[in-house]
Amino acid sequence: MTQGRTQVSQDEEQRETRLLEVARGKGVNGRAELAEAVFRLDDVHVFYGRFLALRGVNLQINKNQITAFIGPSGCGKSTLIRCLNRMNDLIPGARVEGKIDYHGQDLYGDGVDPVEVRRRIGMVFQKPNPFPKSIYDNVAFGPKVIGMQPESMDELVERSLRGAALWDEVKDKLRQNALSLSGGQQQRLCIARAIAVEPDVILMDEPCSALDPVSTGRIEDLMEELKRDYTIVIVTHNMQQAARISDRTAFFTAEAAPGSGDRTGLLVEYDRTDAIFTSPADKRTEDYVTGRFG
Amino acid sequence: MSIARRKARTGERVIVNALFACAVLSVAVTIGIVAVLLVDAVAFFRDSSLGAFLTGTVWAPGQGSGEGGSYGVLPLLNGTLMIGVGSLAVGLPLGVLTAIYLSEYASPRVRGVLKPTLEILAGIPTVVVGYFALQFITPSLLRPIFGSERVFVFNAAAGAIAVGLMILPIIASISEDAMRSVPSSLREAAYGLGSTRRQVSLRVVVPAALSGIAASVILAFSRAVGETMAVTIAAGNSPKMTLNFLTSIQTLTASIAQTVSGEAAAGTVRYNALFALGMMLFVITLAMNLISARIVRRFRQVYS
Amino acid sequence: MSSAASAGALAPSRLRRGATRTGARIFVDAAFSVVLFVGTIVGVVALATLIWTIVDNGWARLAADPAAFLTSYVSRLPARAGIKAALVGSAYLMLLTTLFCFPIGVGAAMYLEEFAPRNRVTNFVEANIANLAGVPSVVYGLLGLGVFARFLRMGPSLLAGALTLAVMSLPVIIVTARESIRAVPESIRLGAYALGATKWQTVRRQVLPAAMPGTLTGTILALSRAIGETAPLLVIGLPIVIFTLPNDLRDPVSALPLLIFDWTSRPQPAFAEAAAAASIVLLALLLAMNAVAIFLRNRYTIRW
Repeated sequence: MTQGRTQVSQDEEQRETRLLEVARGKGVNGRAELAEAVFRLDDVHVFYGRFLALRGVNLQINKNQITAFIGPSGCGKSTLIRCLNRMNDLIPGARVEGKIDYHGQDLYGDGVDPVEVRRRIGMVFQKPNPFPKSIYDNVAFGPKVIGMQPESMDELVERSLRGAALWDEVKDKLRQNALSLSGGQQQRLCIARAIAVEPDVILMDEPCSALDPVSTGRIEDLMEELKRDYTIVIVTHNMQQAARISDRTAFFTAEAAPGSGDRTGLLVEYDRTDAIFTSPADKRTEDYVTGRFG
Repeated sequence: MSIARRKARTGERVIVNALFACAVLSVAVTIGIVAVLLVDAVAFFRDSSLGAFLTGTVWAPGQGSGEGGSYGVLPLLNGTLMIGVGSLAVGLPLGVLTAIYLSEYASPRVRGVLKPTLEILAGIPTVVVGYFALQFITPSLLRPIFGSERVFVFNAAAGAIAVGLMILPIIASISEDAMRSVPSSLREAAYGLGSTRRQVSLRVVVPAALSGIAASVILAFSRAVGETMAVTIAAGNSPKMTLNFLTSIQTLTASIAQTVSGEAAAGTVRYNALFALGMMLFVITLAMNLISARIVRRFRQVYS
Repeated sequence: MSSAASAGALAPSRLRRGATRTGARIFVDAAFSVVLFVGTIVGVVALATLIWTIVDNGWARLAADPAAFLTSYVSRLPARAGIKAALVGSAYLMLLTTLFCFPIGVGAAMYLEEFAPRNRVTNFVEANIANLAGVPSVVYGLLGLGVFARFLRMGPSLLAGALTLAVMSLPVIIVTARESIRAVPESIRLGAYALGATKWQTVRRQVLPAAMPGTLTGTILALSRAIGETAPLLVIGLPIVIFTLPNDLRDPVSALPLLIFDWTSRPQPAFAEAAAAASIVLLALLLAMNAVAIFLRNRYTIRW
């Protein structure tokens, strides 16, 4: 288990232990937090071929909370979030070591079907990617292909669009092509599409980075509502966004292994959002959130 | 909340296998072509030696079943090469000039008219081009220029011009693509030094696009070699060893067309000769296409 | 280096045209532009001349009694000859050819683009298809003759003709379908996978529909080429003189380009007129098909 770990000083060891405690829900002062875990990541490493992209991630994602992954570019945030719904499987040479637990089941265990995983863990992408079909068909696609047979598809579509705060804007033009919507509307349509399959978790990979500030604000408001019914994990470059909306924040950075030029991502600190931003435990976190680097 | 694998999606597996079969069918086609050509060509070479075939200068299939004829392929190769080279003499300069014009000189509006025109030219059926060669090129173009006594009714020049018109769009469009993909930074560097458009076109763009142009030429030559109807109609059916473009000749392809237009019973020498010729055509065009692809691959790396 | 001299060389008065471009250079630039323009125009003029020749020779014959021309069978008397059998034959051939090569071509393209693993087998299949695209049509005719007409005993029939044309068009359809499938952005596929769709569901319900307009356009263009092909049908032995329409796949069938070839090869000028008239019909058919293809492309292509 200690293979590959560089020599740690006592200080670092203490910090690591504390991080583990926090990760396991023990909270800032060691008190157990009453939170149901959706994901438990245990010493997760992600490889692309022989390149180690991300190492030693330990954290827990809690139900009905918004968890934010922040950090500079190239530190593995997107890689990690894609592992949570096994979208990383689509990249040739990608490999996950360690354990990712989903409601007590090993996400990468034998017999686990990635297709089934993705039906429960949905994803919204950085650039809105609606299908070149009508708004209605976009939302109805998911339920149709996974074999949901709702009593009324129309009702399911309306519910999903309402849930994404888009219904009022499109209710009269459901048959119009989705590509005719604005960027912000398209992204909300993608959210509606995702919730139509009634997932457990919604992963969002920088969902607002391609949008204007007004649309961004609307989606942030939406996420506050969504977390009542879903568990949300969001990757964001926007620190203020993380500070505004997330319950817990994980800060990643990338460090080069000695002697090699390749930088490997690692989880530096994971805590309640207010702790990360007001009293971070690690200096690297502090440097990042105060804008000294990144 | 089980995420275990549902029952293996057998339906999908069947579909993917069916799609695989479609793709592999293309291999079956190639095998079919090679097999069919080989079997009867081999039968032909049992009756008429390969050596005589490759070195004989008389192509005169015997009457009826073809026994007792001469089957030297050189006159047909001669005819094919005349058409090939002659059509390139027409198509290459015109095609490259057109490509340079389209790529470096023409406004978008002119391009919008010229490119469809080239596509239309490429789409004219070969029989119609053959008709044009016989009914216009020979009587109204070649005969007035070279004299009616010297220009036969069927002549190689008419065939070469016709095929040249057919390969012009190939050379023009592929060369133009090659020229347009030369990075504009190269042009800008030259313009920045005070070069004129002519200098930039001839000294920067064309040399940079040379591999694409070469590939298009080889491809066009391959097409010219395989062309059947236009040359059959316009260039005649007289196999001879000659370099006179104003007389009638016969190409490999025209010989095939002539034989099948007559009565050739299966299994006869005459019939089998078809496949020997077909084999030769297949090998020549295949070699040309492979060379052309190799050139494109090798020089594409320069810009990647 | 005297600074006065260099300053003089760059003085503003020397920015006018001709400062460094000598008279000779200007002349060459202008001459080159002329050469380019002429070179480009020749192709356009040739096309115009071709069309004019066809129309000029054939319009009278066609316009005199179009109904009779279109609904009469062939005859030894050119004045009474019509294209009925050939026209209907070409139509049947086109339909049947499409039926064979469209599903298989699109299936192969789907497999190669979406499902095929990157290995030697796949590379071989792809190289093979690329080579098949360059094989001359007359060689496909030999394939049709040896395999379909003789070996499988279909004889010179509608079935044999359609299969031959289908096999010939297959590589082109595969290439065009692959390009259309490839043009569908990866983000669409990712969006579908993220919802829990399987690969086949994604391909069937999102990728293929999005690729369909481009695929259809390319297919129609490929088929319009096939309709104008003579050599393969000639080699299989489809008849020119036939007085019945096909009722069955095994019935013999004629084709318009075959008829044009036959009439063009006859010495009587009246047949030349008939050939031109038939060419007008063939060109009109091609024009209609291409117009449909372009309409499809402009109306239904998704602009990502």
